[in-house]
Amino acid sequence: MSGTTVRSLARAMFKGFVRDRMALFFTILFPLVFLFLFGGIFAGGDETPRSDLEVIGQVSLVDDLPPDARQVFDDLFVVHRTTDREAALAKVRDGDADGVLEQEGDRIVLHFSQADTVGAATVQGTLSSFVDEANLASAGVEPRYTFEAEQVEDESLARIQYVAPGLIGWAVATSATFGAALTLVTWRQSELLRRLRLAPVAGSSIVVARVVVALVIALSQLAIFLVSSVLFLGLRLDASWWLSIPLVAAGTLTFMAIGLFCGAVARTNEGATGLANLVVLPMAFLSGSFFPLDLAPDWIVAVSYLLPLRYLNEGMLDVMVRGLGPGAVVVPILVMLGFALVVGGLSSRLIRWDKA
Amino acid sequence: MAPVIEVRDLVKTYDDLRAVDGLTFSVEAGEFFGILGPNGAGKTTTLEIVEGLRQPDGGEVRLLGEAPWPRNLDLCRRIGVQLQSTAFFDKLTAREQIRTFAELFGADGARADAVLDQVGLGDKADTRTEDLSGGQKQRLSIACTLVNDPEVVFLDEPSGALDPQARRNLWDLLEGLNDSGRTVVLTTHSMEEAEALCDRVAVVDRGRLLALDSPTNLVRALDAPVRIAVVAGALDAAAAERLAGVDTVEVDGDSIVLITRDPAPVLTELARREALDGLQVRGATLEDVFLDLTGRAYRA
Repeated sequence: MSGTTVRSLARAMFKGFVRDRMALFFTILFPLVFLFLFGGIFAGGDETPRSDLEVIGQVSLVDDLPPDARQVFDDLFVVHRTTDREAALAKVRDGDADGVLEQEGDRIVLHFSQADTVGAATVQGTLSSFVDEANLASAGVEPRYTFEAEQVEDESLARIQYVAPGLIGWAVATSATFGAALTLVTWRQSELLRRLRLAPVAGSSIVVARVVVALVIALSQLAIFLVSSVLFLGLRLDASWWLSIPLVAAGTLTFMAIGLFCGAVARTNEGATGLANLVVLPMAFLSGSFFPLDLAPDWIVAVSYLLPLRYLNEGMLDVMVRGLGPGAVVVPILVMLGFALVVGGLSSRLIRWDKA
Repeated sequence: MAPVIEVRDLVKTYDDLRAVDGLTFSVEAGEFFGILGPNGAGKTTTLEIVEGLRQPDGGEVRLLGEAPWPRNLDLCRRIGVQLQSTAFFDKLTAREQIRTFAELFGADGARADAVLDQVGLGDKADTRTEDLSGGQKQRLSIACTLVNDPEVVFLDEPSGALDPQARRNLWDLLEGLNDSGRTVVLTTHSMEEAEALCDRVAVVDRGRLLALDSPTNLVRALDAPVRIAVVAGALDAAAAERLAGVDTVEVDGDSIVLITRDPAPVLTELARREALDGLQVRGATLEDVFLDLTGRAYRA
């Protein structure tokens, strides 16, 4: 292995990558679109939406609220007054309103639709708490307990905080896997590998050059995604965010090894692409790239421990958002390097120089 | 001086196919040596074993006095190999391509540019390789194999996929390759190419060596008759048969073909009778040699 050889090969590979519009699209633009979709458009979630409530005639619960309760009520409900009972019920049935409220004597009745379980449950829960409060007030009893719910995260914590680390992990995994797999297969197909074998080039030089190029690509991805998330999507980075650099580097090695495996097994470009997709895409779903693992069923969480992408995603979350320090990246990095070593070792035994 | 390449009793088997079946030949320094045979004759396999890409199952190979297998980096520096497909780095220009190869071989950029000019691609230096024509790609590929000024150059079917014009252009380039004492080994399934370029030709079929000599000697050794075709109206068949020196006469559509082993008096007589218009003379070619050696017509 020589420095000049590695430099020449790395330069040739890098030029080939930068001039390949398709590769650039899938490495940079495609993940960016996902980032903006998940982190931007759906980011309205941090403000609780108000429920639409149809109120028929006079309902004392709503009409006689004390001023402070009134304000809370208005934050939670948009009230539409009506006298047409049938029309109001039809609105709920059609999903245009979350509930219909009417009063018959001391009975306050809420009509809801089972079609929208979440909306119905929200309205039921909130209304019954108002009824409870009104009952206590009418009985002249001071409530003994008060209840307040507070989010543990910073109040301004937006969705992007969870979306960015996982999507960056997915993007890095995809480009490292595909980069390695396709380089191996196309170079074998075009006989460039054989030609390099006939040149005074050590096999290790080719591998090192590819690793250097993959690291440059992965760290550029990290930089681009972080800068756009901070500038346009309101991502707030924790102090130890820089630990995502070694995490991404280790992840790149792991997924390059997986890519080499795909490239060693597959004979054609199509085969390698298919195989890489088959490995990376389900892994992204099962490792919390597209939705947080906290929300996933137990079996997914259990499976995720076997997947290297989980360690990348969780590590990134820990250092970028959860505010954990260097201690949090040790295990993920070790696990990923272990994967890289095992899969890389296996691949190097399977790699063929020739088409036949 | 020891031969540049020595191959003795070479055997290579794929599953139950004996691709190379006991080949023996040697190539002298400065020679333009051809390995000629139909597809599947074992040419490429032989070449790959000599280059060090494959391990032989039996026999012995010496390249520049050394064993090419296992991979021998010092040997790599002294040879240049052009593979059947034009193996390039993706999306690089012609100049970037050859400069990369130059760097891998420890040659400098000036040398790379000079070779690019030598193969006539100086004005295409900034064109991406995927935008080059088939003939230009092949020239670039050859330029890349010359960048380290190799002692031995291997060319595997260099004109295989080219149109006739591009092929002639390529031959012009290849002809001069061994001028400076460099040895060139070429495989081809084109008889014409072997005749045009090679000092000596090894005719192989089914992994065996059928003949080995200069193209002229191979044809001469056949002692095949010459076929003289004249336009049908110029001479009638009966008169043709009575001409001195004519062995047999064939009537073939618009022409009468006189077959002779002694063409000189026949041609003189035809000239005297003013029957030379549209006359064609065809001697034996390497195709006839192949037919004679195998009993089969040559199909590339």
